[in-house]
Amino acid sequence: MISYWAIISARFRSLLQYRSAALAGLVTQIVWGMIRVMIFQAFYSSTNAEQPMSGSDVETYIWLGQAFLAALPWNIDTDLRSLIRSGGIGYELIRPVDLYSYWLSRALSWRTAPMLMRSIPLLIFAFVVMGMAPPVSWAAAAAFFVSMCAAILLSSAITTFLNVTMLWTITGDGVTQMTFGMVLIFSGMLVPLPLYPDWSQPIINAMPFRGLVDTPYRLYLGHIPVSEFPQHLAHQLAWIVAFVVAGRIAMARALRRVVVQGG
Amino acid sequence: MPQIIVEDLVKRFRISERDAGVWGAIRGIVRRRYHTVDALDGVSFSIEPGELVGYIGPNGAGKSTTVKVMSGILVPDAGRCEILGRVPWRNRTEHVSRIGVVFGQRTQLWWDLPVIESFDLLRDIYRIPRTEYATNRDEFIAVLNIEACLDVPVRQLSLGQRMRCDLAAALLHSPDILFLDEPTIGMDAVSKLAFREFIKQFNQERGTTVILTTHDMDDIEVICDRVMIISDGKIVSDGTLDELRRRVSLERRLVVELVDNVDDPAIHPLANLASRDGTRIHIQFDPHQISAADLIAHATSQNQVQDLFVENPPIEETIARIYEDRAT
Repeated sequence: MISYWAIISARFRSLLQYRSAALAGLVTQIVWGMIRVMIFQAFYSSTNAEQPMSGSDVETYIWLGQAFLAALPWNIDTDLRSLIRSGGIGYELIRPVDLYSYWLSRALSWRTAPMLMRSIPLLIFAFVVMGMAPPVSWAAAAAFFVSMCAAILLSSAITTFLNVTMLWTITGDGVTQMTFGMVLIFSGMLVPLPLYPDWSQPIINAMPFRGLVDTPYRLYLGHIPVSEFPQHLAHQLAWIVAFVVAGRIAMARALRRVVVQGG
Repeated sequence: MPQIIVEDLVKRFRISERDAGVWGAIRGIVRRRYHTVDALDGVSFSIEPGELVGYIGPNGAGKSTTVKVMSGILVPDAGRCEILGRVPWRNRTEHVSRIGVVFGQRTQLWWDLPVIESFDLLRDIYRIPRTEYATNRDEFIAVLNIEACLDVPVRQLSLGQRMRCDLAAALLHSPDILFLDEPTIGMDAVSKLAFREFIKQFNQERGTTVILTTHDMDDIEVICDRVMIISDGKIVSDGTLDELRRRVSLERRLVVELVDNVDDPAIHPLANLASRDGTRIHIQFDPHQISAADLIAHATSQNQVQDLFVENPPIEETIARIYEDRAT
């Protein structure tokens, strides 16, 4: 365990160096969040029909999404990509560690460090300036926290799976863009999931992506009552296990045929 | 008992090829053509603990492939490889914790981290006991003279500095076997000398087996007791450097500097003129047919000689001849 913890913390430290990226990301996410809020305000003011989610809930949902955007599995690890392209991947294989756990550790810090750097100032901004609501109860806050941890783990497992596919495709661009599209639409990042048509709800519920955004945020809002928390957590955990198993199998197969060329 | 046993190792690569130009690219989408390359075509050798082995061969001969198989990165198509009683690619994690690897063209240090943090990270990854780590680290820092680099992120180091840090990193966990894959590539003369000195000394003090691939014959001459030559995926020569020289040619050369630029210098009938460059003539001879002393006596009595000396053919030429013999 100590090896993996060392990997997580080293990677975390090197990621914290990218301060200007964090600042640029912060500003973009605030502006983007304001635009999204205005779009939904326009929708809500143009209709009197009963909506599955109140306007103020949607706003809080959006600000949470902006704050934790960097935790989504939206890209591949560029360091790993250059390792794979340059053949430096060979060095990954001469470490006396389980390569999958190693990569998952990397992904965990890769998903956490930039997210932490952006989310804290953004949440402060959203609370103070935009009037974002706090969690409905202490229980909801606790459920949100646990569910958010599971969301990061799920995101890391998906990221690692994407990283493993690079062992075949070398660049990983295609798979990443496809996944990012799915994540955007089916996690609730684009439109909160309760606003999708009723017929699509069972499909969206079965998919893994709601565990990244929708589940923790609705726990925060009380839109999912705390009493239903266990089953939603189970959904997240099941998909985490699924992605870990898939990633492990894919990696084991890739390593049987991986070719480190040149040099 | 040998530490490394390699028997009939075979590895083939499938290389995709494409015709040049736009049309070739379009055809490549529909149908890919491949050809196979036998990177390793039945390679066998064994190495005892503590040996210093040079592993050389032309580009693409299979040197790096062999090293990659031995370090557990690459799975061969056939053959046997046992190192310290383990099969590298089956018991990968146990195997790699006992070996150290330096690939000259890459770094194993973390690009963004200061060198010392990379070392600390390796301590955790290899689970090196604290005291052993501290002893090794301090020794390498002193001997390799990397004190000044420790707080610098790896990306800002010069190549020579980086290679010395890489070497230290590969040895922190006191491996039994060290693989060096073209370690001196791109190094300046001072760094190279320091590097060779360190390797030799480390081998003597700790008895670590060293396997070195290189294109620099000076590396081999200075460091290695034994030289293996691979060409087209086959081992074509395996023995000491002297044996290698003897095997390829018994020939020596007498270089004579004449006083005048005479048209027709006298050459002993048992020797012959190899080349001539103005007043300097190179005479080829076989020491079994005529002794160097006789040849010199003959040359000085028949010609007006200013200076002369006997030389071995340069090791580069020796090696080049082996490579060429294989090609023809």
